[in-house]
Amino acid sequence: MNFSKKLLAILALLPGLAFASEGGFPLDKAPDRSHNMAALQNGAKLFVNYCLNCHNASSMRYNRLRDLGLTEDQIKQNLLFTGEKVGEMMTTAMPAKDAKAWFGTVPPDLSVIARAKASPGNTGGDYLYTYLRTFYKDDSRPTGFNNMVLPNAAMPHVLWELQGVQSAKFVEEKDPHDEAKTMHKFAGFEQVKPGSMSKLEFDTAVADLVGYMEWMAEPAQQQRKRLGVWVLLFMTGFAILAWRLNASFWKEVK
Amino acid sequence: MGAFKETKFPADAPVAQKAVGWVDDRFPLTKLWNDQWGKYYAPKNFNFWYIFGSLAALVLVLQIVTGIFLTMHYKPDANLAFASVEYIMREVPWGWLVRYMHSTGASSFFIIVYLHMTRGLLYGSYRKPRELVWLFGFAVFLCLMAEAFFGYLLPWGQMSYWGAQVIVNLFGAIPLIGPDLSLWIRGDYVVSDATLNRFFAFHVIAIPLVLLGLVAAHLIALHEVGSSNPDGIEVKENLGADGHPVDSIPSHPYYTVHDIFGVSVFLVLFSAVVFFAPEMGGYFLEYNNFLPGDSLKTPLHIAPTWYFTPFYSVLRATTADFMWVLMVGVAAYVSFLWLKSKLAFRTKAVIAVIALLAIIGMLPSVLDAKFWGVVFFGGSVVILAFLPWLDHSPVKSIRYRPDWHKYVYAGLFISFLLLGYLGTQPPAPVGTIVSQIATLYYFAFFLLMPWWSEMGTFKKVPDRVVFHAH
Repeated sequence: MNFSKKLLAILALLPGLAFASEGGFPLDKAPDRSHNMAALQNGAKLFVNYCLNCHNASSMRYNRLRDLGLTEDQIKQNLLFTGEKVGEMMTTAMPAKDAKAWFGTVPPDLSVIARAKASPGNTGGDYLYTYLRTFYKDDSRPTGFNNMVLPNAAMPHVLWELQGVQSAKFVEEKDPHDEAKTMHKFAGFEQVKPGSMSKLEFDTAVADLVGYMEWMAEPAQQQRKRLGVWVLLFMTGFAILAWRLNASFWKEVK
Repeated sequence: MGAFKETKFPADAPVAQKAVGWVDDRFPLTKLWNDQWGKYYAPKNFNFWYIFGSLAALVLVLQIVTGIFLTMHYKPDANLAFASVEYIMREVPWGWLVRYMHSTGASSFFIIVYLHMTRGLLYGSYRKPRELVWLFGFAVFLCLMAEAFFGYLLPWGQMSYWGAQVIVNLFGAIPLIGPDLSLWIRGDYVVSDATLNRFFAFHVIAIPLVLLGLVAAHLIALHEVGSSNPDGIEVKENLGADGHPVDSIPSHPYYTVHDIFGVSVFLVLFSAVVFFAPEMGGYFLEYNNFLPGDSLKTPLHIAPTWYFTPFYSVLRATTADFMWVLMVGVAAYVSFLWLKSKLAFRTKAVIAVIALLAIIGMLPSVLDAKFWGVVFFGGSVVILAFLPWLDHSPVKSIRYRPDWHKYVYAGLFISFLLLGYLGTQPPAPVGTIVSQIATLYYFAFFLLMPWWSEMGTFKKVPDRVVFHAH
């Protein structure tokens, strides 16, 4: 191996030196819903029913939901409640000023939140999937709930009727690195009050909702990947032709 | 200049020939093509490393064309910018493709240019008579950095916003005028709509204009002196009966088909990123940049885009403690220069006075480490411009240098990569020490180059280029 090849080998290894993983609550992997239209439609329904009351998705047009196999009539009848038109953006009726007064902060726009919450090693979907399932009872909070992923979240546990109420168990453990300190360690949830869904049903519903939010963050994603296959096939064919063309010309160079 | 003379063609000459002849009488079209490419003789022993110039030109065109289409839909307004990018991603037909090509193109541009510069370093492409080729290229690199910096603010995400804030604040470290200077650059007390508007103007017209001019100068200078090659042999010193160098071939058709092949391979890799990994794991499109810029919410970890991180690491490595090491370093370097260099006494005296002032300035009570961080940050870029005069090796190419030189070069590349990697990471004690060592190595490589580059046993450079027929 000559020097420049060695150098290239080093360069090729560079992306392997990825970010070190960050601390915090370990995130569950969000199930893949990207090819499951029924699940994505269910996710859209949950999103419109539960999230849009406070949040905007102001880059998302209602009739883009046709990409998920819905017709304009279906969108009108099932997802539009307050006289919006199907060509309008998903905006909330809640004025930002009121939201600020009630929650202390304006709820973020959710159009691309699934992309924003990605981190090295985890998709934004993983974050949302874990976040929405780890609200627990905490009477010290104004909403009565706290969250494992986003401690002291301003957002109330919007899905509590579905999930029910769970409390978090913590144990005090000695810090193995420092005898003097104790660690407040999470030791699982306990169902305090049942919801309208079983744990499995709730996890499935949240997975659908998160699947929808991932789709909404980049509606062109499936089209991009489908097209990409053809582009790569074409470019590879072109590269082979170009390689042979080059070889045939360079044959004569002595 | 003679009187104007129309070239006469036979009546049955092809229309195309007549048309070109008509133009040639009025504009040196055929001459330009032949001088710059058609009959431009280039060494026949180019290897893999010689593709990146053409690729850089390709990506430049790609960026300009995709940029024009993005400008048609983008809104340079702090209240609209973020949403207009999402509008491009969703509502504009094929907008997502154009945007991903542009964002992937930006990172590709830097990968290509870094490899292009590595080639120059390995084979001594900057050596006499190609100093101006190198300097124009260096200016192109500066423009590219400015272009990328201004462009990165435009999506108006959190990283755009805070990245610009951090970099503009660097100017605030300059004594006396600093705070006013950064205020003047921003046009406001924080990065705001005024900043976005002027960055937009720089990104879409001012810098590209300068960039194009410099690229033209880079190519004209190159084609004037002729290309170097992996053996670092001046092929023009060995001319054949036809008056052309025996080891050269006309660029057209040989390097035309060669470059088309290179372009096709590049496009396979480029398309793979555009269609399957446009975020490139958060390196090409940072996750935080999908949140709109907010002057009230500072992200926990602000890092520039990956292509700036090697230089940014130099800035971060310059801590108050490290200043003492740097002071010793400057003193040691000047003493060494005083003893070993063949420079004139007056030059040495000027250098010594500057160094003394610098050392005084480095004292904690005089100028703080932040200022020197900015100085070394800038210095780590600017030092590249001096390469043609720092390299005193009797041979150009790494192929004929002593073997241990290869390790010296490897050390530079490893330092650069380490600095780049650490620059993407949140600051940590071990990382800081590693980046300080890498920073010292980086500067020592260049500043001591006049001495180490002529040390050792050099191999004999052959008279003809090494070429294996295909």
